[in-house]
Amino acid sequence: MLARISRRLAGLLATLFAASFVIFAAVYAAPGDPAVFLAGGRDKLTPEKLELVRQQYHLDEPLAEQYGRWLWDGVHLDLGRSFKYSDQVADLLAARLPTTLALVAYATVLFVVIGVGAGVLAAVRRGSWVDSTVVGGTTLAASVPSFVSAIALVALFGVQLGWFPVTGGGEGVGGTLHHLTLPAVSLALGALALISRVTRQAMVDAGAADHVEVARASGLPEREIVRRHVLRNALGPIVTMCGLVMAGMLAGTVVVETAFGISGIGSLLVGAINTHDFPVAQAVLLLMVTGYIVVTTLVDLLHPLLDPRVKERAA
Amino acid sequence: MLLDIEHLTVRLPGTARPVLTDVTLRVASGEVVGLVGESGSGKSTTANAALRLLPGDATATGRITVDGTDVLSLTGDALRAHRSRTVAMVHQDPRSALNPVRRVGDFLTERLRGAGLDQRAARARAVELLAAVGLSDPERRVRQRPHELSGGMLQRVVIAGALAAEPRLLLADEATSALDVTTQAEILALLRSLRTSGGDRTPGMLFITHDLQLAAAYCDRVYVMYAGRVVEEGSADDLFARPRHPYTRGLLDCSPTLDTETREIRPIPGRPPSLADAFTGCEFAARCPWAEAACETWRPEPVALDGGGTAACRRLPVTGAATATATDTDTVTVTEGSVR
Repeated sequence: MLARISRRLAGLLATLFAASFVIFAAVYAAPGDPAVFLAGGRDKLTPEKLELVRQQYHLDEPLAEQYGRWLWDGVHLDLGRSFKYSDQVADLLAARLPTTLALVAYATVLFVVIGVGAGVLAAVRRGSWVDSTVVGGTTLAASVPSFVSAIALVALFGVQLGWFPVTGGGEGVGGTLHHLTLPAVSLALGALALISRVTRQAMVDAGAADHVEVARASGLPEREIVRRHVLRNALGPIVTMCGLVMAGMLAGTVVVETAFGISGIGSLLVGAINTHDFPVAQAVLLLMVTGYIVVTTLVDLLHPLLDPRVKERAA
Repeated sequence: MLLDIEHLTVRLPGTARPVLTDVTLRVASGEVVGLVGESGSGKSTTANAALRLLPGDATATGRITVDGTDVLSLTGDALRAHRSRTVAMVHQDPRSALNPVRRVGDFLTERLRGAGLDQRAARARAVELLAAVGLSDPERRVRQRPHELSGGMLQRVVIAGALAAEPRLLLADEATSALDVTTQAEILALLRSLRTSGGDRTPGMLFITHDLQLAAAYCDRVYVMYAGRVVEEGSADDLFARPRHPYTRGLLDCSPTLDTETREIRPIPGRPPSLADAFTGCEFAARCPWAEAACETWRPEPVALDGGGTAACRRLPVTGAATATATDTDTVTVTEGSVR
């Protein structure tokens, strides 16, 4: 188990390293010159002033050198200073990250509970109207883009009914939950179809196993069979898919944060890219990649617990 | 009578012939009854019918009673009680009978819980059961996973699970076919020993196998099935010594034995019929060495034999004569040659 974890950890670091270079190079190659922005725009801009700014921010160095400097600082937990806010990037992230994490966690709870629940229901009542309703309903929900569903939710629950606030992040646990409900719902809606479909198929596959029929032949209650024999054995694909969707959400809150005026790292990233704020954009992207890799690694490490045969094979 | 199946006919939509045709079969308390036939002859369907485990779109006519209860009319909780307490099944492949991701102990405790024990008592009883079926170190076994045990050990676990609720009727569906010979012998001995242990509530057993020799050696009475129909029924000794139905004879001729020097192994020509084959007369006629034109239109029905038992064949006088001379192997060849 320990060897397995350390192997996964080494793989995680290697992936991060590769991702960091791609991120740095991509932001470096993006059109537009941050020095122009840093110098205060194209008006009254002299070549000497531009050169001075470039030197000050090390923008005149070659790509490899800049990347090496950034990586070295990054390893020492110094993500640099924002060009735009002149603050430490780490402080900016620390201020924005909790909101995004809360949003993703809320959405994850929603899509896991509703999605897996709907999938189980569809599998148990396969071929009935419940099944068709779940498949049809979740497909409809997935085909509506999140910014459209966000507007619809705001119009209905925010403006018409007035149940939930329309913008902002809220204070305290209750306030945060209250404020994040609509954004989390619109974020989770798109994942419902995928999760419920994967759950349904995994349940159907697991339900076809011989031992399920054996359990039925020995007169176990149907509820026990579904819970302990079918759902229990279907957990592998379900957990994997939930993990992947959740990891994807960490990097996909941009639209919803913008639509609901939430200051999370998604909106921070959009602002940073628009203003050529290199250090912030790079740090946010790297954080998103890290989140993705960490979640998928955790899911992988969880698998031997779900299916003891995996452990046997790995050993 | 413990298990009493009368004129059971089971049809599936989209098939040319019924899966089971007019099956009548009885198992008494304490009796071991063999059910023999090729793959697809309806042996497992017969056993599943006793648990009312037929495919959802199947239609069944006839009557099945277990201990006086009409099985085909059971639903809901009564059906679950029937499956969990009255009848227990031991399946062919123990490895696919246990949930691979759960512990061996869970397989037993969930059955014991169904029989009304609480978790602690069920756990203790599970250890006892594993010890009773001859597993070493039962305390450790209950915490192990199925993939950590061998096939023979797992079949013992499955048998322990079948015994958990002290059933009246045990259905052993090819229970030893997937095991190697020495393990097979141990499991057979274990199943046999269960009959002597029960006293008044001695369970009956329906022992399903494709091996006629094994059935003849192991069971009190044997039913032979072909294409969903019982073609011969009789005491194990009679059936083995004097097979009357051509199919039973064919089955015995298929298997090599040690004591023959002159007799060759004669496979039954043709193939077992599928559910897509329809018949106007005797299902076995196409493969039968004694068949006449009239067999193609004769609906088989059981004919009582003079030493007890029945056989469903209209050529019984001829096949009986052939059997009577079967003591001398040389003349069998001559007789069969003349019949063909």
